Amino acid sequence: MNRIFASRLLPLMATGLVLVALFAAAGAGYENFLSARVVLNLFKDRAFLGVVAVGMTFVILSGGIDLSVGAVMAFTTVFLAKVIGGLGWSAPVAMLAAVGIGVGFGMFQGWVIHFFRIPAFLVTLAGMFLARGMAFVVSPRSVEIRSAFYDDLGERGLPLGEGLLLTVGPLVYLVVVAAGMVVAHGTRFGRNVYALGGNEASAALMGLPVGATRVGVYALCGGCAALGGVISTLALSSGDPTRGTGLELDAIAAAVIGGTVLTGGRGWVFGTFLGVLILGTIKTILDFDGSLDPAWLRIASGGLLLGFILLQKLIARRSVS
Amino acid sequence: MKVFRSTLVWPLVALVVLLVFNAVASPGFFHVEWKDGRLFGTVVDIFNQGARVPMLLALGMTLVIATGGVDLSVGSIMAVSGAVAAMQVNAGAPMVQAVGAGLGLATLLGLVNGVLIARVGLQPIIATLVMMVAGRGLAMLLTGSQMVPFANRSLTWLANGSVGGLPVPVVLVLGLAVVTGWVLRRTAAGLFIEATGDNEKASRRAGIQTGGVRFAVYGFSGFCAGLSGVLEAANISAADPARIGDTRELDAIFAVVAGGTALTGGRFSLAGSVVGALLLQTLTLTLYNQNVAPAVAPVPKAVVILAVCLLHSPRLRARFGKRTQPVAA
Repeated sequence: MNRIFASRLLPLMATGLVLVALFAAAGAGYENFLSARVVLNLFKDRAFLGVVAVGMTFVILSGGIDLSVGAVMAFTTVFLAKVIGGLGWSAPVAMLAAVGIGVGFGMFQGWVIHFFRIPAFLVTLAGMFLARGMAFVVSPRSVEIRSAFYDDLGERGLPLGEGLLLTVGPLVYLVVVAAGMVVAHGTRFGRNVYALGGNEASAALMGLPVGATRVGVYALCGGCAALGGVISTLALSSGDPTRGTGLELDAIAAAVIGGTVLTGGRGWVFGTFLGVLILGTIKTILDFDGSLDPAWLRIASGGLLLGFILLQKLIARRSVS
Repeated sequence: MKVFRSTLVWPLVALVVLLVFNAVASPGFFHVEWKDGRLFGTVVDIFNQGARVPMLLALGMTLVIATGGVDLSVGSIMAVSGAVAAMQVNAGAPMVQAVGAGLGLATLLGLVNGVLIARVGLQPIIATLVMMVAGRGLAMLLTGSQMVPFANRSLTWLANGSVGGLPVPVVLVLGLAVVTGWVLRRTAAGLFIEATGDNEKASRRAGIQTGGVRFAVYGFSGFCAGLSGVLEAANISAADPARIGDTRELDAIFAVVAGGTALTGGRFSLAGSVVGALLLQTLTLTLYNQNVAPAVAPVPKAVVILAVCLLHSPRLRARFGKRTQPVAA
């Protein structure tokens, strides 16, 4: 028993347990909840959040935070709608450009944070307003995206049998999670991120490229936010400057619920994957029930986040004593 | 040139520049007239709207930032208190009770932030971010996500009435600012706040109850946000749970940082924050006058706040200036 409590994987196990318990409870409470279709819809519905949360995990692992992700995603959706519909760009080029803008925006934020030593929350808060405002500059209201490429992409996917199709959005999500795990645990960049989040001074003394790593982390997160925006246009075929409001907290919550420690240096991309599924399950339950006020979603994700932070505090205290 | 070492100078200079621009760009900007026993005019509006939200929020935020923290939940707390006050008067409660209920709940939510930060030891960004989301959820839940209109003369008077020719919010908020400043500087409280932000460990060793200080400033910030939310609702005779206070946390941080209070904590200037709030409101109005859509207005605000932070950053200071230490007002 002690070995389990002493294990570094305890938060991850707790997350897995919560997910299973939630699903079991929902399956017992609602008819038809435990079906492949519901699970597939959950993946489809939360794919954009999942991608954004992977980027956020890297930022938090490095000891930072990025509050601009929701706004960057919103900007991406209206940007796509505008250049594809208004300017007639081909959809794949527009998507690449959108992700490029996200990466560039993230790099800029990382540079300001690192070079001028301004707190990350402030820079990214300003970035959030900047990106959200720019989204409104591009288009003040929701725009439909009409494109043959989108229609075609919507029908493609990985057939899972029984008429179920894993569409492009969730497919990209799974690929991003896998890639994130490889980058975090198998590359030099990933190790630098953990080192930077663990202790910046020692990382610098060890000769690790602290500045490049930090800029890279925010660039990665900006890119993921833009990719999340691309996925959301795939699902909804529209761009909307108000989309993704409050997304930053969902992404942070997913990472923290998955066992990533907010002070940086410890956590798992896979945990974030589980965290996204937990948040998605709660949303699915609210959708299934129908009688619950949607405001509960905000309160539940806030409460869940708080609960897991407290759990981490408890574990940290136990391991110290 | 001692004058230029005061932190108050730069926001004042910026304010004057903006005012001169407005005087040239829109004639009649400084026109003020006396009608029906009160003052009217654009400048009065700036004071009125500036007092109602940014100045009030900045009062609480200044103290929070001085302790080295930040409060992202003020906008959501505004929504909660506005909703509570509106629902109370609709249920037949007198104005004082309705406002008291709104302020009480807002202060309580602020104190919850305080407990999470001072007792439990969460980072201020995270604790108040949770409150920002959960608080907005609470406001939506209380009202069923619907706008709550009300018809209560005395509550509306709080935002639209006048005392001695001046709008009530101006009198109320400037009064609160003066009292707060007086209390903090005449007692040791201000020193305790600065000490906590400067070096918490050393302050605790010196016998300052740093936990209590942090707990109190978040409570005060909640109170200010609550009052602001009530005034916002009173202004339009309706509480909109989704819109009241939305994105206002940046306004408050803007006012505080522009006013010369460093984000790293340890020093604060209430007068600076008041000027910062006026600067923000003038900027907002200028953008409005120049036909910039309200949804786009955050862009220039974000640019200005980043520029101010860059000016404060040690790296730039080391390169361009001889001053190494920001000087407290």
